[in-house]
Amino acid sequence: MVGTEIIWQLPIFLVDMGMSELLIHGGRVIDPEQGVDAARDVLLRDGRVAAVETPGVLASLANSLPNSLQIDATGCVVAPGLIDIHVHLREPGQTHKETIATGTAAAAAGGFTTVVAMPNTTPVNDSVESLRWMLATERHALVHLLAMPAATVGSNGCEITDFDALVRAGAVGFTDDGKPVLEDDVMRAALMAAAALDVPVSQHAEDTRLTGGCSMNLGTVAFRLGLRGMPAEAEARIVERDLRLLREIEQADHVRPHLHVQHVSTELALRAIRAAKKAGLYVTCEAAPHHFTLTDEAIGDYDTNAKMNPPLRAEEDRRAVVDALLDGTVDCIATDHAPHASHEKEVEFDRAPNGITGLETALGLALRVLHRENGMPLGQVLRLMSARPAEVLRLRGRGDLRVGSHADVVVFDAGEEWKFAVTGSRSKSRNSPFDGAAMLGRVRATVCAGRVVYRG
Amino acid sequence: MVAATEAAPGRFSQSKSHTNPRSNHESSAAAYAPGSLLAVEHLSVADVAEILAGATRLEQMAAAERAQVLADRTVALLFYESSTRTRTSFELAAKSLGVTTTLVSDKSSSIEKGESLKDTGLTLRALGAEAIVLRHPASGAPFLLARMTGLPVLNAGDGMHQHPSQALLDVRTMLIRLGLGADAVIDEKTLDGVTVVIVGDIRHSRVARSNALMLPRLGARVVLCGPPELLPEEALGLNAYLNANAGASPAIEIERDFDAALRGATVVMMLRIQKERLEGAALDLAEYVERYQLHEARLAALAPRALVMHPGPIIRGLEITGEVADGPQSAIEQQVAQGLAVRRAVLARALGVRG
Repeated sequence: MVGTEIIWQLPIFLVDMGMSELLIHGGRVIDPEQGVDAARDVLLRDGRVAAVETPGVLASLANSLPNSLQIDATGCVVAPGLIDIHVHLREPGQTHKETIATGTAAAAAGGFTTVVAMPNTTPVNDSVESLRWMLATERHALVHLLAMPAATVGSNGCEITDFDALVRAGAVGFTDDGKPVLEDDVMRAALMAAAALDVPVSQHAEDTRLTGGCSMNLGTVAFRLGLRGMPAEAEARIVERDLRLLREIEQADHVRPHLHVQHVSTELALRAIRAAKKAGLYVTCEAAPHHFTLTDEAIGDYDTNAKMNPPLRAEEDRRAVVDALLDGTVDCIATDHAPHASHEKEVEFDRAPNGITGLETALGLALRVLHRENGMPLGQVLRLMSARPAEVLRLRGRGDLRVGSHADVVVFDAGEEWKFAVTGSRSKSRNSPFDGAAMLGRVRATVCAGRVVYRG
Repeated sequence: MVAATEAAPGRFSQSKSHTNPRSNHESSAAAYAPGSLLAVEHLSVADVAEILAGATRLEQMAAAERAQVLADRTVALLFYESSTRTRTSFELAAKSLGVTTTLVSDKSSSIEKGESLKDTGLTLRALGAEAIVLRHPASGAPFLLARMTGLPVLNAGDGMHQHPSQALLDVRTMLIRLGLGADAVIDEKTLDGVTVVIVGDIRHSRVARSNALMLPRLGARVVLCGPPELLPEEALGLNAYLNANAGASPAIEIERDFDAALRGATVVMMLRIQKERLEGAALDLAEYVERYQLHEARLAALAPRALVMHPGPIIRGLEITGEVADGPQSAIEQQVAQGLAVRRAVLARALGVRG
């Protein structure tokens, strides 16, 4: 009976399954959704936000909690865990590049607590069975894993998948990412089916009829390097086609489909999206850190780690992406984290696969380029990486620190300057053009579902 | 990944380009083994002068003495694309210096079995190759090979990118035929007053790129001429690149009208239409011939004293008539002969021997 007495003297949270409480104290809480930017202590309990209080209110708790259940966030920003709605985790089928375990470990190191896996695995994630397999606990995802299954069977662009069953199994949207849904009729069917289920169709906007044999952006750099270039029109044309479909469907069918445009990289496409938003269409879009940081000059001497699709563009396009992030045309930042093994990248430029890793460099680049170089308020940067992506995918209880929301938190030193080194990456791959690049803001801790999943 | 912090003295690529924050990687000769010849912008004007002087010295040597210059050295010729002139002249140049050469082509090697360029290069290095001459259909392949092997690599033509030894032999041909002499002093003014008109399929031409990035730095004016399908406006971007990297003032122009371009030409360099790289781009050949073929009447009327050059292969009756190619203004055969002289010099340089 002595034992029972002792238990009763312990705070109730310790009785309730050990690690269920975590106190993050001393930090500057930035929760843009609630308009909070102030010194606050955050208490997480049972996987949810339990309290966000001014310093002192939770002092008695702080005294009773062991250090292992506290994070001293003095000098750091405490913000909602970051959300990346566009990652390639390569499992199943390409686990020599990445696994769900290693990709989500990289996510945690980058401050992300929720990632959305693209379907271009081997086989393509286009069925309830493959979706369930991917989301199963046996995959050992370190952060919340969500998935967008393929919009068409095998991502072949012909026949749409079973949206209804897939949404019931957890799909948060549909995409054939890596390729566009080219046929008008198929895209129309996908938009209609997604609208009925209140999820977006996420489009890789590339008119592949204009990009055959191309390995970079069309322009003076491509000319000098003797590489075939993709014109900006290839991106804009699909965006414009999709916007036309949205208009037609709204008028004829009286439903309001949601088009999400992935990794927008050109001024031309951004102009179309801006106009469509003004006209009231339900369109959202994302931008990738490499597109607001680098231009096609970064290809240098044919560096395949600067090859991705859409490609790095000209300075005017980079500028347009920054401006569209500043003015709200771009809804969120997404990394398009796309790991490849070194032997796959150590080949001739036009033979190398597209894609770069991005989870561990996204925050550091966003703070450096958007916040420091372009004056974007810290809160806006964080919204673009948490609340806004949650909103795009209707992820309730994520992207903010409301009491009751998921206990997903990132703690970072917003002023620390550092250099990224691929050798320290948690990803299984090393294909980043940012090896040695300057970063601003360093993740100190990532907390997912109340558990510390990364300490930096 | 290239991360050179210091460029070698006098290199084209050492200047302002490092200040561009949107670019992590800069073309930098210093990142590659000394003696590499990957792109003409890696050569300073002084390098060009030294190579051309080396060509003259080696040419003047007695054959027996020349055969000792690189005796017992080993060079691999790695050819992923067909070639007559370049392959033969590199091979003959090497042999005349006493080099042991081995020729590896994609048609008769493990490349057919899927061996990568990296592994092919490492294999050649393990077998004793001290430098590799590479012809490859992919732009940039020589950079990859140079990074992976650490050996001096001589770019013998990579895709649509460059053909540096061709630009060097073209300069030497011009010096001789324009009366400046093979031993003319090479500096930023050597080709002052010379207008070189490059005509035809510039989009796909590695020869055009190498010449356009080389000749202005020796003082020449370069006029590019061709229809938009074969000569995109982006070509003018080379001016900004030259300016940013070598401080050269804009010297490259586009003139779509061949007759107008010919009127001011000191040299007219004709290019073959690379049908194998057109990839479905529609081109009306009859119209092309009408507007851009160099034939006797056109040459006699508009440029009776201009030097006619062509890197080959020539398609007689298309971009140039047989009469012009074989005529007195033509330097085409001489270009081929200069290839031998210049390639001796770049091979000696690759192996660290002053020719």
